Amino acid sequence: MKKRILGLLLAVLFLTPLAAPAVATQGGEDGGEAAPLTGVTINVYNWGEYISNGVDGSLDVNAEFTRRTGIEVNYTTFESNESMYSKLVSGGANYDIIIPSDYMVSRLIDEGMLEKLNFDNIPNFQYIDEAYRNPVYDPQNEYSVPYTWGVVGIFYNKNYVTEEVDSWEILWDEQYAGKILMFDNPRDTFGIAQKLLGFSFNSTEESEWQEAAMLLKQQKPLVQAYVMDQIFDKMASGEAWLGPYYAGDAAILVEENPNIGFAIPTEEGTNFFVDAICIPKGAQHKEEAEAYINFLCDPEIAAANVDYIGYSTPESAAKALLDEEVVNNPIYYPPQEVLENAEIFINLPEETSLLLDELWAEVKMGGPGETATLIAILALFLALYIAAVLYKRRKAKREAG
Amino acid sequence: MKAKRAAVPYGIWMVIFIIVPMLLVLYFAFTTQEGAFTLQNIATVGRYSNVFVRSIWLGAVATAVSLLIGYPVAYIIARTRACWQSVLILLVILPMWMNFLLRTYAWMTLLEDSGLINNLLEALGLGRVHMINTQGAVVVGMVYNYVPYMIFPLYSVLAKMDPSVIEAAQDLGASQARVFWRVVLPMSMPGVISGITMVFVPAVSTFIISKMLGGGANLMIGDLIDMQFLGSSYNPNLGSAISLVLMVLILICMGIMNQFDDGESKGGGIPL
Repeated sequence: MKKRILGLLLAVLFLTPLAAPAVATQGGEDGGEAAPLTGVTINVYNWGEYISNGVDGSLDVNAEFTRRTGIEVNYTTFESNESMYSKLVSGGANYDIIIPSDYMVSRLIDEGMLEKLNFDNIPNFQYIDEAYRNPVYDPQNEYSVPYTWGVVGIFYNKNYVTEEVDSWEILWDEQYAGKILMFDNPRDTFGIAQKLLGFSFNSTEESEWQEAAMLLKQQKPLVQAYVMDQIFDKMASGEAWLGPYYAGDAAILVEENPNIGFAIPTEEGTNFFVDAICIPKGAQHKEEAEAYINFLCDPEIAAANVDYIGYSTPESAAKALLDEEVVNNPIYYPPQEVLENAEIFINLPEETSLLLDELWAEVKMGGPGETATLIAILALFLALYIAAVLYKRRKAKREAG
Repeated sequence: MKAKRAAVPYGIWMVIFIIVPMLLVLYFAFTTQEGAFTLQNIATVGRYSNVFVRSIWLGAVATAVSLLIGYPVAYIIARTRACWQSVLILLVILPMWMNFLLRTYAWMTLLEDSGLINNLLEALGLGRVHMINTQGAVVVGMVYNYVPYMIFPLYSVLAKMDPSVIEAAQDLGASQARVFWRVVLPMSMPGVISGITMVFVPAVSTFIISKMLGGGANLMIGDLIDMQFLGSSYNPNLGSAISLVLMVLILICMGIMNQFDDGESKGGGIPL
């Protein structure tokens, strides 16, 4: 189904250069113009499995970029915004392109870790739909260009969950005890409790976070496991029946398992997330990086990318190139009312994220511990040590005497 | 003199990758994010005492189980004919050639409610048992992954044991059990001690096993440290403080173990 459009795209992309020598006038578009940037290598840091890479007949986006511009791409991946962030702050590496999510973009902006983009070098920004410009995480749209977006919804096994799924409340339903999965990251997990309570994801009220934590503690006995990628296996095998996850990432789950359904709690609202392309401060090849961003915004490339990744594109022009089945699928492109009720994560102030980490550990531990206990453990071990030393001394003395 | 010079590369390696990082941990543990001195991080660790209790408990159980499983195995290997010994040792090492993550992942599919073991039990009419996402599952994962570290030091001590000593005990009329308790066990103590340390230390600080087999809710110290670096707030100071407390704990444990290690028989013991 998805393969058809890909084949077409590939044909266009790969046949053009072959045909070029014959049609002499066509040469300009493909290789010639970007020549001054040739010979440079840019470091791209992206999510794992988050670019079309040539597998299964898909387009190899990075190779195509090199072919067109002469710029080499050194491509590395990260597995979470936080691991990318800690790599960036510890200063161990130098990246020219990073693709973090919304709240991480706003955090990096707040901390002055991003370069302002020169949009003169990114003419393809024109293709980005109005709705995705000037987002809350980058209000002036100076630092980022949206790459993909998606929403969070609930996956459920139709064989066991026969009622209509239209509220986060179902994740607190006792009859599914032990069959419920939750995210293994605090932001997404607390987000669900927050929406159920009618709070904002980006609240700075401590009481609201406390209330959400209470709700999650109540839910914990019903939760089978806190997982990320493992949700695919656990849902597909029937081990778990209910679990919230990112729509695009898990769309394949629904395609391959007809008994798995997907629903978005429209009323209560959900998380609408955007992953955006940025250039970190101190990037060595800013101009080349902008050429890369421009290339990714090319509707044909964007279409090939989202076709491979499964997330949604912020470009109508790219959407037009996609298979109709995909475009009409509410998992990929949910109806307008879902998006109207959805909220984006933005960066939390320092004290709120510290509180969040603390509460998250508490949810998982089932309550805060006492300092006295820790001191007692240390004292016990020390006592054991001293006892052992004394015992040995005495034994040595006895043997000597 | 020459021997000393040969140790220089490792010396440099140790300074750069062991001593310096340790000092960094120490520095971070006692400073704020701005770099000012503080004891707040260490004080905050107390809030997570539950996690310490759970980790030490699970680590201790896993170590005990490993010892109970590992000792007979090591004993049997040490007593078989030399040509078979290498084959048996190879069988113990074999699983370790596979990636650690893969091995743990395999246990996940085995222990799940709809996993292989439960399907087998169901087919045999024994009914299903809930195993995954429990502390027991975490212990199973630890034992599976770390039991070779128990077997090797035990084997190396037991294999070196002079059989004539055992024969002498038997000649003097000691029963099988008495030979074991009074001769074999005391003589293999260095192996027991180093086996216990080599299993307990990684077991206490593991994090991926509890994540995969414990369902993410059986938080362990390793998970907690991981959270400080890759959680929603980047807090290397608290992370270092937790690591420091863990290190102190492990040091004390090794100190205790060392007291039981007889000075003369330097079999496989770790000196401290």
